[in-house]
Amino acid sequence: MKRNHTLTRRHFLNSVAAFGGAAVASSLLPGGAHAAGDLTVGFIYVGPKDDFGYNQAHAEGAAAVKAMSGVTVIEEENVPETNDVQNTMQSMINFDGAALLFPTSFGYYNPHILELAPKFPDVRFEHCGGLWGTDDPKNAGSYFGYIGMGQYLNGIAAGHATKSKKIGFVAAKPIPQVLNNINSFLLGARAVDPSITCQVIFTGEWSLAVKEAEATNALADQGCDVITCHVDGPKVVAETAAARGAYICGYHADQSPLAPEMYLTGAEWNWAGVYTDMVTKFMAGEPIDNFVRGGLADGFIKMSPLGPAVSDTARNQFEATKAEIMKGGFAAIKGPLKDNKGNVIASEGEAFVESDVSLESMGYLVEGVIGSTS
Amino acid sequence: MTDIGLWGVPLAILGGAIRVSTPFLFVSLGECLTERSGRINLGLEGTLVFGAMTGYAVAYQSGSPWLGVLAAALAGALFGLFHGWICKFRGVNDIAIGIAMMLLGMGLAFYFGKPYIQLVAPDLPAIPLGWWSSVPQIQAALQVNALFIIGGLLALALHWMFRATRIGLTIRVVGDSTDAARAIGLNPDTVRLLATAAGGALAGIGGAYLSLYYPGSWNEGISSGQGLMAVALVIFARWNPINCFWAALLFGGAGALGPALQSVGVTQGYYLFFAAPYVLTLALLILTSSPDKALHGAPGELSITK
Amino acid sequence: MSDAATAPLSSPKPAMAKWLPRLEAVAIPLAALICGLAVFSLFLLTQGKSPIEFYALIYKAGFSTAFSWQNTLSRVAPLLFAGLCVALPARLGLVVIGGEGAIALGGLAAAVLGAGLTGTSPVVGLPVMFAGAALVGGAWIGSVGWLRIRRGVNETIASLLMAYIAIALMNHLVEGPFRDPASLNKPSTAPLADALRVGDMPVGVEVHWGFAFGVLACVISWLLMDRTTLGFAARIAGDNIRAAQVQGLPVGKLVIGFTALGGAFAGLAGFFEVTAIHGSANASLVAGYGYTGILVAFLARHNPLAIIPVAVLLAGFEASSGLIQRRMDLPDATILVMEGIVFVVILLSETLYGRLPIFALRFWEART
Repeated sequence: MKRNHTLTRRHFLNSVAAFGGAAVASSLLPGGAHAAGDLTVGFIYVGPKDDFGYNQAHAEGAAAVKAMSGVTVIEEENVPETNDVQNTMQSMINFDGAALLFPTSFGYYNPHILELAPKFPDVRFEHCGGLWGTDDPKNAGSYFGYIGMGQYLNGIAAGHATKSKKIGFVAAKPIPQVLNNINSFLLGARAVDPSITCQVIFTGEWSLAVKEAEATNALADQGCDVITCHVDGPKVVAETAAARGAYICGYHADQSPLAPEMYLTGAEWNWAGVYTDMVTKFMAGEPIDNFVRGGLADGFIKMSPLGPAVSDTARNQFEATKAEIMKGGFAAIKGPLKDNKGNVIASEGEAFVESDVSLESMGYLVEGVIGSTS
Repeated sequence: MTDIGLWGVPLAILGGAIRVSTPFLFVSLGECLTERSGRINLGLEGTLVFGAMTGYAVAYQSGSPWLGVLAAALAGALFGLFHGWICKFRGVNDIAIGIAMMLLGMGLAFYFGKPYIQLVAPDLPAIPLGWWSSVPQIQAALQVNALFIIGGLLALALHWMFRATRIGLTIRVVGDSTDAARAIGLNPDTVRLLATAAGGALAGIGGAYLSLYYPGSWNEGISSGQGLMAVALVIFARWNPINCFWAALLFGGAGALGPALQSVGVTQGYYLFFAAPYVLTLALLILTSSPDKALHGAPGELSITK
Repeated sequence: MSDAATAPLSSPKPAMAKWLPRLEAVAIPLAALICGLAVFSLFLLTQGKSPIEFYALIYKAGFSTAFSWQNTLSRVAPLLFAGLCVALPARLGLVVIGGEGAIALGGLAAAVLGAGLTGTSPVVGLPVMFAGAALVGGAWIGSVGWLRIRRGVNETIASLLMAYIAIALMNHLVEGPFRDPASLNKPSTAPLADALRVGDMPVGVEVHWGFAFGVLACVISWLLMDRTTLGFAARIAGDNIRAAQVQGLPVGKLVIGFTALGGAFAGLAGFFEVTAIHGSANASLVAGYGYTGILVAFLARHNPLAIIPVAVLLAGFEASSGLIQRRMDLPDATILVMEGIVFVVILLSETLYGRLPIFALRFWEART
């Protein structure tokens, strides 16, 4: 039985204020304080910190923690999901005295964190991915954000921008998180025009530049004029899409510097608030919940500023939907809904809010998505 | 955009063949040159990646992508010179040196390229060869980069060079028999050194294409083994530059197959489609190799065919 | 008429004749290693970093404390096996660089067999998985040898292509037919039962049994190569294939046999990765050990015994890359640069064998 704890907005705003105050205070101090008694926090990334994507989003959160006083941040990038990460974590604990670790890649949890956590009961392992179960070590925890809603809002912007009524999605692997994003993207677009379809192409790898470029070109060839993606580093997709004259909806982080004219908006992680909150709690000795989730309303994700190509009608619908999502209880997956093979997913009146556990095992693509999970 | 349905597949293959083949073309032409002189350079993968980084960095700093291409060629030539110089020494295994240079090239490229991952460098321009069509997809598929055309012309030029010029003959003699070359007064080491340097320069240009045109971005995953594949291409192109051109196109087209098929609904087993270029190369290699006679057209001094 | 007149002109201690070449074989690579590190130190200086600090960190993170040793040794097992996959064919004159593919498929075989054997006793299950991994890996690389013998296909390129194909195949099978339905967010094969996992050796530091088996494999390979007639025949074929054929040696069988053996070892690397570390097969199986193995083999000059210390050294380097990244603010590519430079220098030093007078018997003879 999982207790679902979401950071309430008040909680989040409080920590932002605290962090803001700390930031001001620490900017008056010389350099980075490395005083004894500092809490050492370790961040581990599976790829480069500046990939314009997944890892960069985490690094931006880490940067917010760096600005806190009394905290030393150590980071290591390009750590694969093998024994290497166990060695990295132990190295951070043994050599740098880290007491709080943020291994940010999905595959770090099982078996690596699960094996290591019992050996270091005084160290807290916070994993990005939402896998913690009640049988798992108590000094481990997971956190994740409901970014599907972000893709839904992306879809609204896309729905207004598309002229061909075809939007495209470059996806890495057909896992539930990715499928949820694809479905949300299409459903958001269909909230604008129910005739819109979404073409998806799977590259098979989380990061493979040439494949991502080819997939984007293939989508453009098929007539998609708004493209988004779920790969580790959306830089290539964004640049290639813009080169083909397609609009871009960003993901993970803000890709607008790459193609400002074609960038509509993007679904971004907002780890800064999450991380500073956790670090503050840890320093104060307060318990951090083992299973932390949050969505747009909780500040776990945010949307990029709307680009110049977004029309006023689009903007209005976007803002209105966003406000509704912020109120809570919004469901993108709701009945009547079928998948693209004809099976019923939700009947009239049924709705799955973002926090619904069944979404975690999503294995379908909704009707209107052209593509297959296998 | 007009809906072209199933035509999307052959069109994507054509477009992909043109887009994806250019780095293969340059690297295989460079390797062809090197191998004709009797030396094998497996380090071109590292040269390619380093060329990509150099091209990107110089293009960013100077604002001109063509300057970046030039810088990449120079860097590639340097790597080639180094490789050639080391292989001169007796007892040094040129295949192993190639692998070492691959590591070194990639390491240096990633090391110096770190600050450039976030930045956006100006791209190489494309020539719209599809202006005659009103179908956007055809226009897109025929968006050809000048480097592709240069590569094609280079293939012709190299072919002619090998057949009809003194330089070509020099290289061929050195490649076929060190002793014969010495007997007629040539210095095999110098010829091989220069051929390897030129080969490296071409590989560097191939790399610059990756970072400055397609995919047009610098990061650590930019290459997926193009440098090594190009060496395979040279073998089944039988060391003929014109064949290298066609082989590169074939490879590029095979690489575009996977995403193109997915886009028209063939979604099963996409990993297997992604393996298509490798399977194709292996199959062709098997079909055209023979255990008994030396590979037709192989330079006699090439260590892997002796 | 004393015997002295007819005695040999000098008496180079017969011992010298024996250990001079051995000294050469150790002194030159060692000197090359130091030379390479010196060149790398120059590189660091141009970057404004202290080489002393760098090497101190390598020592600290790789070789100083019990934890460092654990970090290092736990990385050694796959390097030992992957190194053998390159070294064994190399003694026959073949350059095989596709070990990565054999590791992936060997690991997959072990995982799939293990998943099917859930509930079986490890006494039966583990050997079956072991054999399966070895067979699959052996068949994969062995076919490269077969292609070389039967069709004259260059083994370097063939093995590389096969590696790419193997990885694609593994990904396809892991995400498709062999996928564990519960492995939603990271497609994997079904997790192995605890009984079918390989644990740590009872030696105080946490290093799994793959290390011991790897060392054993190296010793067996050395005995095979350097102490049996079979190995002798193989080495002759490696030096000069025509001469070997003329002698009537079964060159074809030797080539296929030794490439298959190398591939079997690579498959075992996959076996241990799955049973001792991951517990199932998934994309993390493709971790580059095959490629580092190439480096290990060449640095050890394809001597299976030398592979052991070389693998430990390289493992130590890689173990320290994290600390270097954090303390010296250097990108992780720095270790790659170091390995590349060292590799180049060591390969360059190959030219010195047999050319340095200090290692020549005549030199000492003339002096006594």
